[in-house]
Amino acid sequence: VVGAGGGSNDVQWCFSQVKGAIDDDVAEADIISTVEFNHSGELLATGDKGGRVVIFQQEIENKPQCRSEYNVYSTFQSHEPEFDYLKSLEIEEKINKIRWLPQKNAAQFLLSTNDKTIKLWKISERDKRPEGYNLKEEDGRYIDPNTVTALRVPVFRPMDLMVEASPRRVFANAHTYHINSISINSDHETYLSADDLRINLWHQEITDRSFNIVDIKPANMEELTEVITAAEFHPHQCNTFVYSSSKGTIRLCDMRASALCDTHSKLFEEPEDPSNRSFFSEIISSISDVKFSHNGRYMMTRDYLSVKIWDLNMESRPVETYQVHEYLRNKLCSLYENDCIFDKFECCWNGNDSVVMTGSYNNFFRMFDRGQRRDVTLEASREGSKPQQVLKPRKVCADGKRKKDEISVDSLDFNKKILHTAWHPQDNVIAVATTNNLYIFQDKVN
Amino acid sequence: MDVSAEAKRIMAVSISKLYASRAQRGGMRLHRSLLLSVVMRSARDLYHSACLAKEREELGTAHLVPVTPEEDAMDTTASGEQVEVEVSQVEPEPESPLTPTIQEPMSFDSEATQGACKTRTFIAKETVEDKENRSPVSPDRHSRKRRGKASVAPDFLPSKRARLSLELGEERVLRTGGRTCCRAGDVFTTLSLNSNRAIAAF
Repeated sequence: VVGAGGGSNDVQWCFSQVKGAIDDDVAEADIISTVEFNHSGELLATGDKGGRVVIFQQEIENKPQCRSEYNVYSTFQSHEPEFDYLKSLEIEEKINKIRWLPQKNAAQFLLSTNDKTIKLWKISERDKRPEGYNLKEEDGRYIDPNTVTALRVPVFRPMDLMVEASPRRVFANAHTYHINSISINSDHETYLSADDLRINLWHQEITDRSFNIVDIKPANMEELTEVITAAEFHPHQCNTFVYSSSKGTIRLCDMRASALCDTHSKLFEEPEDPSNRSFFSEIISSISDVKFSHNGRYMMTRDYLSVKIWDLNMESRPVETYQVHEYLRNKLCSLYENDCIFDKFECCWNGNDSVVMTGSYNNFFRMFDRGQRRDVTLEASREGSKPQQVLKPRKVCADGKRKKDEISVDSLDFNKKILHTAWHPQDNVIAVATTNNLYIFQDKVN
Repeated sequence: MDVSAEAKRIMAVSISKLYASRAQRGGMRLHRSLLLSVVMRSARDLYHSACLAKEREELGTAHLVPVTPEEDAMDTTASGEQVEVEVSQVEPEPESPLTPTIQEPMSFDSEATQGACKTRTFIAKETVEDKENRSPVSPDRHSRKRRGKASVAPDFLPSKRARLSLELGEERVLRTGGRTCCRAGDVFTTLSLNSNRAIAAF
C-alpha cells in the first residue's frame, strides 16, 4: 500500500475514530467549518456553522498496540447569530477559524472567529473544590451563624474533572468585510485578522483598538479587482506575514518596512498557462488557503485544482505543484453552475514538512509526499470505518476506460466535500472533516 | 454560435447567482460577487466578440443606429425582481475604447431566429448612482423589511439612473483601456454598482 509519511517507511493510514451524527440528514448547524490541533497535538478543536466549538482531548494510554483516542473535552457556544442594524444584515455565527495560543500555564487559550468578531476563550480544568466552609453547607445552603460552635479551615478536595470555557476577550467592530483568517504571531503577544480588503493587527490583551496594516480597498469600489483570501504570520519571524489574493498572488510583507504594509516586500505569482485559459481561469486561480511550513522556509497555497509549494526566496514560480483533481478541469462549467467552483479547500503540512494534505470531493482527500514524489488518494467514509482498518487508496478515472475499483468522474458526489483537514504537529495522526463528521486516522502501529 | 450560446448561458447563470447572493444569510460576500462579476465580464466580452465576428461575416460592415438615452430608459422599466434585458449592437472598433457606443433596443427572440446576433445587456433592477443616499437595506429586502429613512427611489423610475449608468459606463470604458469594446451602461458597471452597494458606503 502506497502511503505517505515522514521518513522512508511507507505509512499505512488506518481508521481510528469518527465523531458526529450518523444520519444522512445533516443539520446545517452541525456542518464543520474549521479543524485545528493545538501545539502539542493533545487537543483538537472543531468549529461549526452553528457557532459551536467542540474540543477533543487525546487520552494518554499505555497500551502499545493502539494509539490514544480523542474524546470530547469541552463543548461551548462561541458565537451567536447577530444582527447589524445599520446595514440590515445578519451576521452568521459560523466559526470561520480557530487558532490555539501557545500554552503558557495550566489553562488553554484559543481564538475563534466568525465573520465579524474574534473571541479569546480560556479553557481550564477544575478537579478540586473547596469543602468545609463554616457558613455554607456542601449543597450551598447557608448555615445559621448562631449554630456554629467550632471553626475549621476549608480545604480543597478532589472532584470529578470539570472543563470550563470562558470568553476572556472579545475583539469586535474592527472589520467591515467578512473575516477569513486569523493568525497568531510568534511574538506571543499579537495576532492578525484579515477580511476581504483589510488586515488588522491586534494585541492579545487589548480589545478596544487594532492597527490596520494592510488596506487594499480602492478609492472607487468599481475598480476592485482582487480581494484578500487568507493571511498568516511567519512561524518564526514576528515581523513577517503573507496574504493571498483572489487573483492567485501571494504578498509577503515586512512590518519593519512601514506601518502600512500595502507595498509588499515580495510578490509571489506564477504566470498563467495560456493554453488553460477559460471563462473560469480567474476563479480557479483564486487562492483559498496559505500555510507556512513549520520550518518557515516554504509556504503552501491551495487553489481550486492544485496545491503549490513556494520557496520564500523565489517569487517567480512555485518550486512544486501538485494536481489535486485535474480531471475537474473540463468540468468547470458544471462546477460553476452547482457552485462547487467556489468551494474553499484548506491544506496542511505534516510535522516535518515532508508531506502535505488537502481535501477533494466524494469525501476524498489527497496526500503528497514531497520527498518521495508520491501521492495517494484516501476516502473518509463509514464503510472504511472498522477500528484499525487500513485505508485503501482510491483512484478516479478521468477517461472512459474505468478499471476495477476506480471511480469515474461522473460518479463523484460533489456534495461530499472535504474542505478542512489538520495534521498532528508531531505524529502521524490526521483529522479530516466531512460535512458533519470528523474522522481521525492514524498510521498503523505495528 | 456555440461559443456565444455558451457565453450567454454563463451570463444568465452568473446574473441569477448574483441575485441569489443578495438574499444570502450574512450578506453579500465580496469575494464571491467579484468572481461572479469577472466571469460575467469574460462571458460578455466573448459573446460580443463572437457576435462581432458573425456580424462581419454576414453583413460586411456593421450598421450603426444611434439611439438616445431616453429610448433606453423606456426599455428599462423593470418590475419586481425581473432582470430587464436590453439588446444592443456594438460598434465594430474593438481596439478603441473611446469610440462612443451605440444601442438599439430590439427583442431578442425574433432576431435570434434570424441568426442576426444582437448583444444583450442585463440591466439589474436598480441602477443606483446616488452615493449620498444609499439605503442601508439591500435592494431585494425591501419586500421583507421596512425601509430605512434614506431609502432608494422605487424601481419604476428608471430614466435618470439609466442615463447615469450610461455615463458611468463610458468612464469605465476609458479606465479599462484595451478591453474589447464596452458598451455604455454596460452590465458590468451597473451590476458592479449593485453588487458593491452594501459596502461602498464605508
